[in-house]
Amino acid sequence: MELHQLTIHELQEKIKEGKTSAEQIAESVFQRIDAVEKRVHSYIRLMKDEAMAVADKADKDIKKGDIKALTGIPIALKDIVCTKGISTTCGSHILHNFVPPYDATVVEKLRDAGAVFVGKANMDEFAMGSSTETSYFGPTRNPWDLERIPGGSSGGSATAVAADECIASIGSDTGGSIRQPAALCGIVGLKPTYGRVSRFGLVAFASSLDQIGPFTKDVEDCAIMMNVLAGYDPRESTSVRAEIPDYRQFVGHDIKGWKVGIPKEYFVEGIDPEVNSAIQKTITVLEKSGAKIVEISLPHTQYCLAVYYIIAPAEASSNLARYDGVKYGFRSPDSGDLLDMYKKTRMQGFGAEVKRRIMIGTYALSAGYYDAYYKKASQVRSLIKRDFEEAWKKCDVILTPTTPTPAFKIGEKTDNPLQMYLSDVFTISSNLAGIPGISVPCGFTSDGLPIGVQFLAGHFEEGKLIQIASAYEKNAKIEKRRPKL
Amino acid sequence: MKLSSQEVEYVAHLARLEITDKEKDKLTAQLNDILLYIDKLNELDTKGVEPMSHAIAVTNAFREDNIVDSIGTEKSLANAPDARGEFFRVPKVID
Amino acid sequence: MDFEAVIGLEVHAQLLTDTKIFCGCSTKFGAAPNSHTCQICLGMPGVLPVLNKKVVEFAMKMALATNCEINKSCSFARKNYFYPDLPKGYQISQYAYPLAEHGYVILDVDGKQKKIGITRIHMEEDAGKLIHDEHNPVSYIDLNRTGVPLIEIVSEPDMRSSEEAADYLKRLHEILVYLEICDGNMEEGSFRCDANVSIRPKGQKEFGTRAELKNMNSFRNVQRALEYEIKRQQYIVENGGTVVQETRLWDDAQGSTTSMRSKEEAHDYRYFPDPDLVPILVDKAWGEKIRKQIPELPLAKRERFVKDYQIPAYDAGVLTADKALADYYEKVVRLCAQPKAASNWVMGDVLRFLNEEKREIKSCPITPVALAEMISLIDEGTISGKMAKDIVEEMYKTGKQPKKIIEEKGLVQITDEGELIKTITSIMEANPNQLTDYRGGKEKLFGFFVGQVMKATQGKANPQLVNELLKKMLTG
Repeated sequence: MELHQLTIHELQEKIKEGKTSAEQIAESVFQRIDAVEKRVHSYIRLMKDEAMAVADKADKDIKKGDIKALTGIPIALKDIVCTKGISTTCGSHILHNFVPPYDATVVEKLRDAGAVFVGKANMDEFAMGSSTETSYFGPTRNPWDLERIPGGSSGGSATAVAADECIASIGSDTGGSIRQPAALCGIVGLKPTYGRVSRFGLVAFASSLDQIGPFTKDVEDCAIMMNVLAGYDPRESTSVRAEIPDYRQFVGHDIKGWKVGIPKEYFVEGIDPEVNSAIQKTITVLEKSGAKIVEISLPHTQYCLAVYYIIAPAEASSNLARYDGVKYGFRSPDSGDLLDMYKKTRMQGFGAEVKRRIMIGTYALSAGYYDAYYKKASQVRSLIKRDFEEAWKKCDVILTPTTPTPAFKIGEKTDNPLQMYLSDVFTISSNLAGIPGISVPCGFTSDGLPIGVQFLAGHFEEGKLIQIASAYEKNAKIEKRRPKL
Repeated sequence: MKLSSQEVEYVAHLARLEITDKEKDKLTAQLNDILLYIDKLNELDTKGVEPMSHAIAVTNAFREDNIVDSIGTEKSLANAPDARGEFFRVPKVID
Repeated sequence: MDFEAVIGLEVHAQLLTDTKIFCGCSTKFGAAPNSHTCQICLGMPGVLPVLNKKVVEFAMKMALATNCEINKSCSFARKNYFYPDLPKGYQISQYAYPLAEHGYVILDVDGKQKKIGITRIHMEEDAGKLIHDEHNPVSYIDLNRTGVPLIEIVSEPDMRSSEEAADYLKRLHEILVYLEICDGNMEEGSFRCDANVSIRPKGQKEFGTRAELKNMNSFRNVQRALEYEIKRQQYIVENGGTVVQETRLWDDAQGSTTSMRSKEEAHDYRYFPDPDLVPILVDKAWGEKIRKQIPELPLAKRERFVKDYQIPAYDAGVLTADKALADYYEKVVRLCAQPKAASNWVMGDVLRFLNEEKREIKSCPITPVALAEMISLIDEGTISGKMAKDIVEEMYKTGKQPKKIIEEKGLVQITDEGELIKTITSIMEANPNQLTDYRGGKEKLFGFFVGQVMKATQGKANPQLVNELLKKMLTG
């Protein structure tokens, strides 16, 4: 096995045993990048010089016996988290040359844990999209089939892990942008509870929905990453002071007697038969592992889309108002007076999808509509949250498919309205309720495309997710394949 | 009840976006979709339901009144598309 | 037709916290452009606001000092609009859930007391400064001021004249300064006022159409602008026209208001709760803690001075205009127990010296102890009031204690009758003609003899004694 093919915990073993060095690991990863990056396009920007310098220092620390949680481990960062002195573009023309003078809190945490940053990963522009096709810097391709999308908006973060162009990465999830690409790329992706991981330095899309989370090759690595990422941050007012368990302690335990809820509103027509079959197999594995399947109802599921498509664009329209060509980023060269400058800059700086959502959001908040639209949506959001609170009375975790279909081809959006509906619904509900969710690989289609299963748990119950995902991973024994690149 | 072309222009102006006529037609249709979402939400009686602004109820998140180093004029202007001396520069508003 | 004016005022006061409302940058005025800025107040991508607790406490102080109800829970909202001095493209303010409401301030105009309602007080962030280039079509932006904390104080439309409006402003101003939460400097922009003014026929319940007035940068200009605007609106209505609802700018040089006539008149701010901030809960305990920190306020202090010190309302007004001055005065009174005398000396000579040098009472070289001592010395008769005038000036110039000055200059008052009789006798002998004239009926010459005694004693003779003795001795 090549070094770049290993997991964090496997590499940590080797490092502790003196069998490898941070420099060797970094070299291995960058060689892999040289071999496949042109075809996959996971990255907007590589940080090879910085990475080798950090790896060099890591080796000095390792010799002293100073080994931290991620010492020497190459990590990719979705280009939506601010990195001091390194461009942060959000996949957009309007920020194509923006260099932040500060680090996001998660970047500081990862760095303090010894991580070696490989580069800034590609994404849908401003995290708005589910295919990474809207990036100003060109699309990212699914390593399992280069003609297909990797999912989005954190497409590059997912493919970098799936293609071994890094050992682990971080992305962001507002309506499924970690879990969906994780499923389509055959890796593990977790969206934490809202307030669990700091948003300071995460370029905002929809402030009440955004969360940062890890992409990893297995569940144990996910726990290792969560130990580093989780925690109260005084720089974020919505950060929650909650105890941080050692997430690794949830790995390798059984789930005997656990009640797994199956929401009847999620298992409806529109799910691809191969996905359905994989999910059914998953359920069987869980039952064999001692869990009990319970049918539950999330009655307000049908309203999730409406709530999300009012709240998210509304918040986004306000969050993106700062991109005006005045203080940073792109300014249209052919503009006249101030008003002209604003309009041309934003017209030329933003892509179509971003503009569309800004328009929707601006309309939803405009005079006279606040009560009827945003406020109403916020009230229904409370009802959606309540659905989950009721569900936890009947089950410990909830199981759903992560996506209704495997990855579709680039440029080919599905025209099946049911599929479109379900692809949003599976993941959006947890962002609305603020609960954590994890996607774990559960099989492949006959075409060799990955399928993911999603577990949801209550607020701050990431430990439960780690535990059931780990038990499932162990007992399902899904064949370990690698994308043919 | 559908949005008029004027309303769409108004929204574009509020958002400081210049849109072409072709885009305007497309956007009008997409904005009209919101109306469908609203119809859907109006199926529900939400009287007395608190609007949910945050997933977790956090209150009184404060900081102390202690000066933290500013980043300085150079760093503040480093990303400016147009800076003059110690200032950001923009075209004037023309009434 | 008899019209009455209906005036409401919106005051923005910059708070004297060390740091901005949502970040740790300094609020100090006058720094180099864009030097008190950070990623947060510059509105860079990814940043988040965290509320400065002191801002809340200062706002609570003002709320309590103006008899407002502090809401148990309040929250922030985003006011969305585009302008180069607004980095985020929205201002964080309070909209539906302000910190405090339903307060009042009491005016005292021409001896009549009137309550002016305060609708609400809320917290928000200030914007940056835009400097327009005179020759080129460009503007320059300094974002130092972005994020400086403000409280907005909105009055009920309870004022009926420009005098009432000016008085209301003065009351708000002195409370803010007394609380030490704002320095109230209108020229520097730490205390700003916009007005809403309309007119209606006396007796009518409905309000007329109102105009919003901006750009008044002094108390006097607020009054002038209101007077002008009231006349302008009256003229329009009397001549059959209708007042247009609009924003008008006060032009100090022209002495008139002009319409802004901007296309952006009706701003659509798209207010919604700021998802990056969380609600503020103010419980009874916190409210009480802040209430205890509120010093005696100007109105109460003035009333107490009049009652306890038996000084006229005018004196009380002058002495309480500045809290430091009032404290100074009271220290003097405590030490010499002569409130009227103390009032005269403080309001008279002390304030005059300070004003000449544009100095604050804080740095007055005459300490309350020294002044009190001087007043006691006059009371005991050791020095005369006239002598004290010179002594007090010396005290101001040198900072020395009165007893020291008296000693150094040998200025003890002469109260020994025997000595004075001797002096008067020699003067009478030296001026026989004047004596004869006086005794002959020229009463005016009394002053001549007083002057001679003062000259002979270098002004140290006790004037009352001199008067008494002269009266006796001159008549013979």
